[in-house]
Amino acid sequence: MIESLFPNVDWESMWEATLETLYMTTISTLFTFIIGLGLGILLFLTAPKQLWANKVVNWLTGAFVNIFRSIPFIILIILLIPLTLLLMGTIRGPNAALPALIIGSAPFYARMVLIALKEIDKGVIEAARSMGATTGTIIWKVLLPESKPALISGITVTAIALVGYTAMAGIIGAGGLGTLAFLDGFQRSREDVTMMATILILIIVFIIQYIGDLVTIKADKR
Amino acid sequence: MIELKKVTKKFDTGKAILTAVDEVEFSISDGEIFGIIGYSGAGKSTLIRLLNGLEKPTSGTVEINGQMITAIKGGELRKARQKVSMIFQHFNLLWSRTVKENIEFPLEIAGVAKSQRGKRVQELIELVGLAGRENAYPSELSGGQKQRVGIARALANDPEVLLCDEATSALDPETTDAILDLLVDINKRLGLTIVLITHEMHVIRKICHRVAVMEGGRVVELGDVLNVFQSPQAEITKRFVAQVADSGDSQETIKNLRELYPTGELVKLVFLGEQTEKPLLTKLIRSHSVDVNIVQGNISHTQRGAYGTLILQLKGSPAEIEEALAFLRAEDIQAEVMQND
Repeated sequence: MIESLFPNVDWESMWEATLETLYMTTISTLFTFIIGLGLGILLFLTAPKQLWANKVVNWLTGAFVNIFRSIPFIILIILLIPLTLLLMGTIRGPNAALPALIIGSAPFYARMVLIALKEIDKGVIEAARSMGATTGTIIWKVLLPESKPALISGITVTAIALVGYTAMAGIIGAGGLGTLAFLDGFQRSREDVTMMATILILIIVFIIQYIGDLVTIKADKR
Repeated sequence: MIELKKVTKKFDTGKAILTAVDEVEFSISDGEIFGIIGYSGAGKSTLIRLLNGLEKPTSGTVEINGQMITAIKGGELRKARQKVSMIFQHFNLLWSRTVKENIEFPLEIAGVAKSQRGKRVQELIELVGLAGRENAYPSELSGGQKQRVGIARALANDPEVLLCDEATSALDPETTDAILDLLVDINKRLGLTIVLITHEMHVIRKICHRVAVMEGGRVVELGDVLNVFQSPQAEITKRFVAQVADSGDSQETIKNLRELYPTGELVKLVFLGEQTEKPLLTKLIRSHSVDVNIVQGNISHTQRGAYGTLILQLKGSPAEIEEALAFLRAEDIQAEVMQND
């Protein structure tokens, strides 16, 4: 029955494209998490009255985050072609999409990290200071655990946005379900291929959302 | 021993310079429970934070057990903070950690080996009376239990000084009493010096040995709790004392009492310390022919002894009343005839 609904779908290439999409999403989410977390913590700690209060660093980090968050992703990919070539040695395929995906979404996640950290009760940080904690201890044992649910739901939203970005990157040849839907589906007028790619993307999104929600609930002891 | 010398803290609010603490100077002896009372904005929160270096004074020095808190920083200050711990009005527990893990936190900071932490945590849990709740999260505890975790956490590294920042202000009266009892118990058992700030006079009365009254960043009155309650000097202190004891002094009360007891003389007695324990009235009635009627009475207990006032209606001839008063004064009781004028 599936064969008759999707007559033009080449299942082998569809599966390969799915794996490429999953690959791009996973790797870029991982790096986005690390870089976004770093930027978010830096933004938080360098803000006025915080532990590393520093106007210059705060302003520079804020400017970087705001600029890269504001550039439309499709333009960012084009702007980053030279960097991509330098880092990856190619501008085609899943790996070539990674720099743009990460640079595009890390600032977005950094903002969410900042919001999550601002939600932490200031008194808890003061309590840790009163016990003689170092800033490192405060980051690892207070800031991160106390904002865990918000950090997890934030990375869930970001990962889902990244699935969308990989599809966009697909238009300019990154591979994955986006490329398949565009080249095999749209350009050759095979609606069933486009439809199948869409269904698979939706399934990936639903799974990410489901796992994210589950982990968030489990992490929240408030 | 804690010693503050000419401590001043100014904040630059952008528009104006705010003097939160103004040339404060006093010392606190080892093992003492020292209270600082004031309304919000009096500077007591800033003052207590100067004691563990969470705030740096603009000028002046703070010395705790020979260490100049105001001169050290970095690792040295962090080390010192392990000996000057703090509990808070809103407990400030980590919601992501269980009771056990919250108490373990300062031990982790101090670098205590994991194998030794468990035993110490268990001792502390027993000490503050939380046995059986080790694995609960703060969200599953009542306010009083949360403060007990806060106290256990503060005691983890065997501090010499415990700072209490409005530690009972978020608790109901009954829980407040239980937490205050725990603090006194800890003070006696561990010989810990306790410095507490509060805006509630009954906290001072119940557990403090000495009290400093703050207003506008300055200490306006300082002394033994019993003396301060007995004869408050500053206007603000009188208001705080009135919070907890209706001394029957106001003209209104005298007038009301006069209307209720129109005959004889109304006499106000003031007891202090051990006088409250003597059977004075019995003696008075046995040895004098006046009729004695108790109109109003009030005895409060502080860590330094009890004090109280008693208003009596004495009926008899003027000479008999005069004799009765002479007897009371001979027993070292302040006795005055209440005039309504």
